Amino acid sequence: MTPEIRPSAIARVNPVAKLAVALLISCALMLSIDWVSAAVALLLEGLLLAWCGLTARQFWLRTAPVWIAAPFGLLTTVLYGEDSGAVLFSAGIVSITEGSVALGLAIGLRVLAIGIPGIVLLATTDPTDLADGLAQVLRLPARFVLGALAGLRLVGMFIDDWQSLALARRARGVGDGGGLRGRARRFTGLAFALLVLSVRRGSKLATAMEARGFGSDEPRTWARPSVFGVRDGLIVLLGLGIAAAAITAAVLAGTWHFVLA
Amino acid sequence: MRGARVTANGWGWRHAGRSRPAVSGLDLHIQPGERVLVLGPSGAGKSTLMHALAGVLGDDEDGDETGELFIDGQRPSRARGRVGLVLQDPDSQVVLARVGDDVAFGCENLAVPRAEIWPRVTRALAEVGLDLPLRHPTSALSGGQKQRLALAGVLAMQPGLVLLDEPTANLDPEGVVEVRDAVLRSVQASGATLIVIEHRVAVWEHVVDRVIVLDPAGGILADGPTEDVLTAQGERLAAAGVWIPSHPPARPDRHPWTDAAGAGLLLRADGLAVGRVPFARKQAVVVADGLTLDVRAGQATTISGPNGTGKSTLALTLAGLLAPAGGGLVAGESLAAGRGTAPHRWRSRDLLERIGTVFQDPEHQFLAGTVHDELAVGPRALGLSPAEQTDIVDGLLHRLRLDHLAGANPFTLSGGEKRRLSVATVLATRPRLLVLDEPTFGQDSRTWAELVRLLAELLDTGTAMVAVTHDTDFVTALADSRLILAAGPGGATARRVLGGTVAVPARLHTGGPS
Repeated sequence: MTPEIRPSAIARVNPVAKLAVALLISCALMLSIDWVSAAVALLLEGLLLAWCGLTARQFWLRTAPVWIAAPFGLLTTVLYGEDSGAVLFSAGIVSITEGSVALGLAIGLRVLAIGIPGIVLLATTDPTDLADGLAQVLRLPARFVLGALAGLRLVGMFIDDWQSLALARRARGVGDGGGLRGRARRFTGLAFALLVLSVRRGSKLATAMEARGFGSDEPRTWARPSVFGVRDGLIVLLGLGIAAAAITAAVLAGTWHFVLA
Repeated sequence: MRGARVTANGWGWRHAGRSRPAVSGLDLHIQPGERVLVLGPSGAGKSTLMHALAGVLGDDEDGDETGELFIDGQRPSRARGRVGLVLQDPDSQVVLARVGDDVAFGCENLAVPRAEIWPRVTRALAEVGLDLPLRHPTSALSGGQKQRLALAGVLAMQPGLVLLDEPTANLDPEGVVEVRDAVLRSVQASGATLIVIEHRVAVWEHVVDRVIVLDPAGGILADGPTEDVLTAQGERLAAAGVWIPSHPPARPDRHPWTDAAGAGLLLRADGLAVGRVPFARKQAVVVADGLTLDVRAGQATTISGPNGTGKSTLALTLAGLLAPAGGGLVAGESLAAGRGTAPHRWRSRDLLERIGTVFQDPEHQFLAGTVHDELAVGPRALGLSPAEQTDIVDGLLHRLRLDHLAGANPFTLSGGEKRRLSVATVLATRPRLLVLDEPTFGQDSRTWAELVRLLAELLDTGTAMVAVTHDTDFVTALADSRLILAAGPGGATARRVLGGTVAVPARLHTGGPS
């Protein structure tokens, strides 16, 4: 489950700083629904992408989900969203107004502006380094962080297990037939079998970890230092800057629309 | 550093929810630096003892303890870091994603200062002979390498007692030697006490000083220098399922099936390429190609070769479960019986009477809540009447000595019983061809002999068999022809087959134990 991570300026940043940036921008953009703040944030993020070290292919492949989700959100809001302002088009329950177009644009851009930093964070961060950061910089409990990290390794086995289970069902004569209902029943059966298998794997892994001294209340040391340096602080400030710029631009443009107001 | 001293005074343990103790009345004294092999039939509590020594048995909620068990005069749970345990399953012991981090994990938990951890990691990796970069991904290791990694993780903790619980049961022959030699080198260097559990005595016989045989009824059956115990107790141990070199399990007599009708060809692979389609991809990644072999009624073909050469993938392809990645795979008319020549296009139900597959991990193929229902799955899918189903199920229960377990959950059976059941479920629909993936992994000599006898009977009545196996005893007992896959010289994906089918003079061994 370890992604291939190419050395880059962003890959060297402490994962905790990256996490903070992604959270800051998301929170700022959640406060309002308008197109100016999202567009400004997206533009500034675009400038930073040059340092993320992803190839064009990696970038498009990984961010594909948000590029699909954004136009979809935009379109549905334009067609079915809350109407206001001049009516541009209307047919049955579908109506397009100036207000719904602006809202759609705001939502589409927002999905991109929140999704892209999150995905770039994941694509340039090794899970082990993130765990080190969470435990050493943020002081989250080691038991929890390392347990989750070890569990993550099991996820990679799910795919193999799922394939083996499906093949075994075919070999047992219950791998096809029964139409849609049979398909649904098989899926449920497979999912349950996978769950049983995973629990067994998990408990074996827990024993192995305990045998290596994990899980006691004694203090532990960390083989890999996770340092939060000046550069990491600057990155967080940069994230704060993007969030502030987006909000300021929206307020100045008069499009700021606080969600709770 | 000194080896640890182990003392047991009338020690015993009963797992919560069980009526009988797993271990009872154990008296034991093991000196620092001793190398001990622990034997005993399955159910004698060997693993329980190892878990107890490693301090991972749990507390009062998990079971009841009697007597005393000490490591250097301390309770095992307080002797953290003095004891290191390596378990049987290579996959379940890898904790972290990178080799160096995984070895460092134990040191971190013991609060070893950072400056000291990395020299320890490098030294431990050198001791087990894993010459890999520290950032090497652990998911790319073979089974033998994973076991050596687990051992390195234990050695880096610098324990005074190294415990190995069947560390080589799931490895190919090369992996077994790799791991054993790594263990020896390291305990020689550190002077640690060593306790090993292993069914296959031959691997450890000449490197341990002492053998202890646990009695399933409680206490110890035999304890002494290796040779004395193996001579005095050899027969008894062999009967209990321990692999003793001087008492090999009986090999079945073969009475070759003669093909009267001349319709013996079931499957023909011609220049076959095999591979799996990775998650979210369309094209299969070929792991072996240029495979040519015939599968004939009443004949056993074994497939062997190092890990990663595509043995299992080939077996699954021959079994009609994976589509060929290239070349030809054609079912003969006597197997296809009107269903077309490409097995992977047959319906799931059509496979039942034609090709039966026994998976490497029996747990992958269990579908029902009881042994009885498990056996009925196939006959029911064939649409047999309830009376016919009962006949088949009862017959198999009796034949494979599973009667007393008819109501048990398949997941709760022992390793040997699970294997018997997984074979029985396949036999329930009387397939013409049996495909088995590592059928003898982790079997003791008794269950091994039973399985081989059963397969010999099936072969003699005209069933064909294809088995992926590392087990040379199995090959000599049953193989009519052998296919050896070899890793190709180029990259990790494209592999070449060396030698193709290697015909072995049929039935080299027809006698019993020699």
